[in-house]
Amino acid sequence: MNPFLDALALNAGYNAALVGIGAAMLGFAAGAAGTFLFLRKRALVSDAVAHATLPGVGLAFILMVALGGDGRNLIGLLLGSAATAGIGLLLVEWIARRTRLSEDAAIGAVLSVFFGFGIVLLTVVQTMSAGRQAGLEGFLLGSTAGMLFQDAVVIAVGGALAVFATWLLRRPMTLVAFDPDYAAALGYNVRRIDLAMMGLVMAVTVIGLKLVGLILIVAMLIIPPVTARFWTESSAYVIWYAGLIGGVSGYVGAALSTTAPAMPTGPIIVLVAASLFLMSLFVAPARGVAAAVIRHRRFQRRVHRRQGLLALSRAEPIHDDFTLRVLRGEGLIRPDGVATANGRALAAKTARDEHRWDIAREIHQDAGLTGRYDGLTPIEQVFTPDEIAEFDRRIGGPRALGSSLGGTA
Amino acid sequence: MGSEFVQFSLTPMLIGILASIACALPGNFLILRKQALIGDAISHVVLPGIVVAFLLTGVVSALPMLLGAAGAAVVAVILIEAIKRLGKIEPGAAMGVTFTTLFAAGVLLLEQTDTSSVHLDVEHALMGNLESLIWFQARDGWASLIDPVALAALPPELGRIALVCALVVALTLVFWRWLKISTFDEGFADALGLPTGAIGFGLVITAAIAAVAAFDAVGSIIVIAMFICPPAAARLMTNSLERQIWWSVAFAVLSAVLGYVFAGYGPLWIGAQHAVSAAGMIATVSGLILGLTCLFGPHRSRIGVGKETAT
Repeated sequence: MNPFLDALALNAGYNAALVGIGAAMLGFAAGAAGTFLFLRKRALVSDAVAHATLPGVGLAFILMVALGGDGRNLIGLLLGSAATAGIGLLLVEWIARRTRLSEDAAIGAVLSVFFGFGIVLLTVVQTMSAGRQAGLEGFLLGSTAGMLFQDAVVIAVGGALAVFATWLLRRPMTLVAFDPDYAAALGYNVRRIDLAMMGLVMAVTVIGLKLVGLILIVAMLIIPPVTARFWTESSAYVIWYAGLIGGVSGYVGAALSTTAPAMPTGPIIVLVAASLFLMSLFVAPARGVAAAVIRHRRFQRRVHRRQGLLALSRAEPIHDDFTLRVLRGEGLIRPDGVATANGRALAAKTARDEHRWDIAREIHQDAGLTGRYDGLTPIEQVFTPDEIAEFDRRIGGPRALGSSLGGTA
Repeated sequence: MGSEFVQFSLTPMLIGILASIACALPGNFLILRKQALIGDAISHVVLPGIVVAFLLTGVVSALPMLLGAAGAAVVAVILIEAIKRLGKIEPGAAMGVTFTTLFAAGVLLLEQTDTSSVHLDVEHALMGNLESLIWFQARDGWASLIDPVALAALPPELGRIALVCALVVALTLVFWRWLKISTFDEGFADALGLPTGAIGFGLVITAAIAAVAAFDAVGSIIVIAMFICPPAAARLMTNSLERQIWWSVAFAVLSAVLGYVFAGYGPLWIGAQHAVSAAGMIATVSGLILGLTCLFGPHRSRIGVGKETAT
């Protein structure tokens, strides 16, 4: 069997299965938890949080060795990283609130300084005599080679808790993401909810450190929500879509990475998520590029159709190629450019509706209804039949046309 | 502080200072335009650029790598803009999608390539290796500064970063008025007929060049830190752009010097035996400076916010 399918069916060995399940759960948790940060337009806060975990890893290692323990105890390292990530988070919030620096400057400052300090600590760790320090660099880009059952359990439990907390807090977080002032007026503590939002992201970051590393976990927090947003306009669904996209990316990415050597899991997962994003960018209904192009073409077609019909009604020659194509395609003119019976009828109706609009503007001098005139909205959608009947009474009603198509004067 | 200093510390320190200044200058404008994180994005995408350049040329040499990294920065900026417009996505998220994806692609390419024979790895890209840029030929101490044989053996990184630093300074001076007007009042700049779009793009490209040259010498941490911390600290010291630039340069130099000294000699003072990462320490010092200005800078609060309410 194909190794990729093997891996997808969890048949590629114990470690691969563990990594696959872990990556799927991590992806789901990251996608769900990252959603509100994205909706709050603060996606890059996760970048600061992720980079701020590094000094915690170093400090925890040094501390645990100094206390005579095993420096590589995963729980200890994760607690340390959570501590500094939390400090980083509070600092971003404090700088943005307390000084006149904007939030992006605060994010950049915290991420670079904490990361720099983390690197300093890593060089300290490298020179320590403990000898078991190898592997701390794995937190930068993640390493799945030595994934233990214990690691998978940490991800599973932590991820489930994060998703559960996201679900519990979804209402206040939605409110704060869309309208913080209204949330404050309702009595919610916006700052605390913001902190909870970022705290969830921090939790996911910390549990994802081992698997995808601190630089790429940012991608797991940002790309799935952005992708999910293409597919729905409802904040209730976007969390689950984001979780699903993250989970699928994690699972497929982990499976792909087992198919060949030198395929690091973290980057592959990110690239799978990115290709889902790219696909959504183009083919998503309503928000996708393809949909926008189709919408634009339709609009163009309607404009050309109307211009063409008006020209027919005034017996003016049509020179525009696209207009001719549109009219010919609908059988409104013959190939030699002469209007068909159908075309003459529609042209007359278009001209009459234009005239109705003129009358409507005389009657309704406020722009409330007549302001909706854009040449494309049918008048029947704006005015009621009896109003239109009144316009027609003033025009004098449609008359049979003689040799001239000019019509209504 | 004799020949040993010249041999082992002078050039890394100079490179650190020049790299810091080259990044801090465009950083001032990026901060004011609320584009601070462009520096972050650029320094992440430098990695794939360098790897691609290596794959194409097969050698680790400076010029192709600089070009590759600069190309990657341009690609990233265009991608961010395209995603922002095509997907109607807010800038932060567009940036996050772009640079993490490109970085992941860079890591994957690097793993797929056999780079065991050459000095090219992710850690080096992140941390730089400032300490290794020593001036080995400077055996006569300060006298080496006038010895042509010794001068010829200066690390090539020094020449490159000096050149780029001079370029950034020159660009800042030449386009000073344009930059200033378009940064503070884009509408007014438009009305004057200035090419605001080109100015913005040029600023990002300049930042990318500074980032790439600095990255070559000192790694990407310093790059991000220097784009943001010294200008942000300077912003809290003054309300005048001219003075802010001077402050940021001063802070950048101070971070580079203190950071290098602390990294090289600090551990010895407290009894440890090994030096720590100079690049990391420079970033840390710049953060400490920013922290101090956040607490005590004379212009730290927003205008209109009283001291009591700004808790």
